[in-house]
Formats: sequence, structure tokens, C-alpha cells
Amino acid sequence: MSIGAQFQLSFPGFSLDVDLDLPGRGVTALFGQSGCGKTTLLRCMAGLEHGSGRLEVNGEVWQDEARFVPTHQRPLGYVFQDARLFAHLDVRRNLDYGRRRTASTDFSRRDAIIDLLGLGPLLDRMPARLSGGEQQRVAIARALLTAPRLLLMDEPLASLDHARKQEFLPWLERLRDELDIPLIYVSHAPDEVARLADHIVVMEAGRTVAQGPLAEILARIDLPIRLGEDAGAVFAATVAERDAEWHLARVEFDGGELWVRDSGVPVGREVRVRVLARDVSIANSRHDDVSIMNLLPATVVAHAAEDHPSQVLVQLRVGGTLLLGRLTRRSAQRLDLAPGRDVWVQIKAVALIG
Amino acid sequence: MLTPADLGAIWLTLKLAGVTTLLLLLIGTPIAWWLARTRSVWKGPVGAVVALPIVLPPTVIGFYLLLLLGPNGPVGRFTEWAGIGLLPFSFGGLVVASVFYSMPFVVQPIQNAFEAIGERPLEAAATLRASPLDAFFSVAVPLAKPGFLTATILGFAHTVGEFGVVLMIGGNIPDKTRVVSVLIYDHVEALEYAQAHLLAGGMVVFSFIVLLALYMLNPTGRKRR
Repeated sequence: MSIGAQFQLSFPGFSLDVDLDLPGRGVTALFGQSGCGKTTLLRCMAGLEHGSGRLEVNGEVWQDEARFVPTHQRPLGYVFQDARLFAHLDVRRNLDYGRRRTASTDFSRRDAIIDLLGLGPLLDRMPARLSGGEQQRVAIARALLTAPRLLLMDEPLASLDHARKQEFLPWLERLRDELDIPLIYVSHAPDEVARLADHIVVMEAGRTVAQGPLAEILARIDLPIRLGEDAGAVFAATVAERDAEWHLARVEFDGGELWVRDSGVPVGREVRVRVLARDVSIANSRHDDVSIMNLLPATVVAHAAEDHPSQVLVQLRVGGTLLLGRLTRRSAQRLDLAPGRDVWVQIKAVALIG
Repeated sequence: MLTPADLGAIWLTLKLAGVTTLLLLLIGTPIAWWLARTRSVWKGPVGAVVALPIVLPPTVIGFYLLLLLGPNGPVGRFTEWAGIGLLPFSFGGLVVASVFYSMPFVVQPIQNAFEAIGERPLEAAATLRASPLDAFFSVAVPLAKPGFLTATILGFAHTVGEFGVVLMIGGNIPDKTRVVSVLIYDHVEALEYAQAHLLAGGMVVFSFIVLLALYMLNPTGRKRR
């Protein structure tokens, strides 16, 4: 089960040249700044752009030297940045548009998808009378109802404001957990990628810079991913205990445990934890007389220069998990943070995501 | 009151406008679709040819059509060879002339509507398994409905109002090629002002109602997402 994609395509002032080997299930994020070619790559996969190359999706060849399966014959779902609902059809008929053309008569699946995305109350509305988030939910359901074998999403959150985004992300998370087909998700927002993706492809100027499992890629410090304030590690943890008195929860991960704000996640549930580099500070000895709750023993692995000459990014190993910490170059020198040195990390904030 | 000759002319005019509009919707829609989407170098020349009747005097179009369709013209020789006979001074000739003359009024609104729709909804349709032809009928045509409405009304009304081309190619044969605009001319020539008033006034009222309908059904600045 895998997706192999090689594409070359040139426009004036831009060229795409990628060779990807993606997992055939789970969420893969195509990540990079605007103009790096991630949307073009997605369009190539859909057959909306005709670059030269090869595309094989879980054993089926959609494009190679000899053949180019046209978009309407590829069993895929595509969610555009701007929803693109048909303005002349109400929600119900928008949803039926693709379903009718795939001979899918499975009505229980139809109802399940309408439920999953909360579309029941919207069925008789016209697209012009939906909010941006509602339009995107309809667009996703419309794509899913064609029973695709590959789902492609092009920044479905980009047109939403912050509040709508927060409202919409849980729908996407539910979808990810229910979905049994690979989802390729284009985004330039690190927080979305951290929440949703299992696998990440980092792109720059039409080339892939790195690809691999999310935790591994995010914890690397040798990549030119300009995450800036958003640099940080993401890893899996399990909720082990909930403290009712202080409204805190204890999560265990490969390397220790962390106390986080109790957000109501039940004990035993696997969660995704994100620790931003700016929230990690480093000490040479254990300090218990600080307000910070999460103290963990760690080993320095490597450093890298940051954009601003005063800053360094330090990669730290805590058990089997890699963390990133950002500090000033002066502090790094004063603490003598050479690779291999044992230190204590103090983590100011931990976010449970997804 | 209206004489049988007047009624005959009115019926002929409506028939001519109806047949012409129908033909133009059939011929003009593919042309408009092609003009709206092509990147070919022929887009400019074809668009200009379609628009020619807007700027040319009707007599010029009528003159060349007469030569083209006449016994010595290439099209005339073909129609004679094919057993259709000669088109000038027949209803068929009027239809052919009107199709040319009213073409831009049908093609341009439809072309504008297709251009406003753009590629996006059609791409969405393709990702939902619609073949290009399917997407044309299920997405492009319904979304271009205002354009088709404008095209139908303008094409019909413009054909009703045609005079010079008809005179050049069809002449003035009662119940065959004598349409209302020509009959008004005849009435005035014969100093039958009362009859002329009746038909001319009728044309004014008809044109006003048509344009009113157009503006009410199709307000400018309509929303499109």
C-alpha cells in the first residue's frame, strides 16, 4: 500500500520536480510556503495539470509514459481551497452530483457521511447561504460520497478566519480517524500539520526538501523549514491520570511524563502532544524552586543556528523522544551545551493536539 | 385595424425571429464556448468576424450574402446542386441572413457568461467524475442561464428589428419575405400613415416590453461566487 509520484512540470518562472514515495494510508501533509508548488503537485495527482511523470496509487497506475487517465476517470476526491460548490444546486444536489456518477448506491454510507460532517440541517440550503466552514464541510462530504480511493485536500482551512478554523479542525480530526483511504493535505500552517498529519513532505521552490514521519521531520534541526515561532516537537502520548483538584492531566510518553491542562480526554486515550521550542528552557542541574511543573532529564544531540544571530535551536533527546529548545547563543555557550551533555529541560507549556 | 397583409407580416416576422433564435442558440453556443475557453490564435479573428454585424451597415451584409447565395455565388451553386434551389428571395434566405446578422447578439452574452464561470466549477465537476460533455450540460449551461436568457431575448428582438438585410436579400414578397419593418416602409411610401402607426407603435411597445423583461429578469451586478 503506497503512493508513488514523480512529476516534472515547468511554467515560466517556476518548475516542479518531485519524486515521492508516500504511505498508502493515513494523512500526508504537503508542507511549504506559498508558491513552493504544493498545490501544483496536488493538481498533477488529480490530473488537473498534465506534467510528465508517473503516478501509482495503491497498485493502480494513473499516469505513466504511455497513459494519462483523465481526471473524471480517477477514483479520487478533491477538496479545493475555495470549496467550489455548484451555485445552482442546493446542498443535497451538490452532494448527489458525484455520488450519482459513481454508481454508488450505498445510502447508509451517504447518511453516515452527512452525520459525520454535521450536514443534516443544511441539506436544503443553497451554497450562497452557507458560511465558509459549512461550504468546506459540504465540499468534503461531496468528495467522500464518490467513494474515492485517494482524498486530496488543498488548504481547506485557508479561507476561514481563526474562529471558524478552530470550529472546523475537530471535523477534520474526526474525518481522519474514520477515514480508511489515504489523505494528502496541502498546508502552509504548522499548527494544522502538527494536528492532522502522520507523514509530512516539506517542499521548497518546486522540490522536496524532506519527507518522512511527522515526529521525525519536525524534530530535525537541519531542515530549512522556516517555522520560526512555530518550531517544535510533536509526539504521541497516553493519558495516564486526571487530577480533579488541580484540573491537570498526566500523560506518559516514550521518555517520561508531562503534566498538562486537563481538556477532558479520558484516561487511556492516545493523544498527540506538541512542545514548542520557545517553551523549552535548559538547565545544567535540576531546579525544583521554579514555577515550571515539567522537568525532564535530557541529552543534548545537536544545535543549529536560527534566523536571528542571537538564537540557537537545540535538539534534545528525552528517552526515545526528540525535543527542540530555543535559547540565546550566549546561554548556550554559558551552559556549555555541547552534544552529548546531560541537562534538565524545563517545559513551560505543553499542548494536547488531536 | 390590422389588415390580412399586416397580420401575415407579423406572423412572418415572429416565425423568422423564432427560427433564427433557435438556430442561433444551437450554432452560437458551441462558438461561444470555444471563444470563452480557447487559447488559440484564432480567437481574435473568429471573435471579430462574429462581431462584424454590429458595426457593418446591414446593406453591406445583405449585398455580400446576395452575391454568395445567388446563382453565381459558391453557396448558391451548392444549394442548386443539392436541389434546395436558390436562397435569396425566400424564407430560407431570410433565415440564413438573420443568423449572420444577429449572431453577435446571441454569441456574446453566452460567451461572457461562460467566461465568468471560468475553469473552477468545471474542474470540480471533473473531480466528481463528470466527463467534459457531462460537465458542460450539468454545470456550465445551468450556471450560464442568465447569459442564455439575455442571448435569447436579444437575438429574437434584434431579428424582429432587422430591415436593411431583409430588403437586400429577401425583397418584399407578401407572406414570403415581407416582414413588419419592410411593411411599415411600404405603408409610409403609400402615405398610409394610420397603418404605419399601428405597426410602428406596436414595434415600440414590443421592444420596450422585451427590454424591460431583460432588465428585470437579469439585473446587472448579479452575484456570482
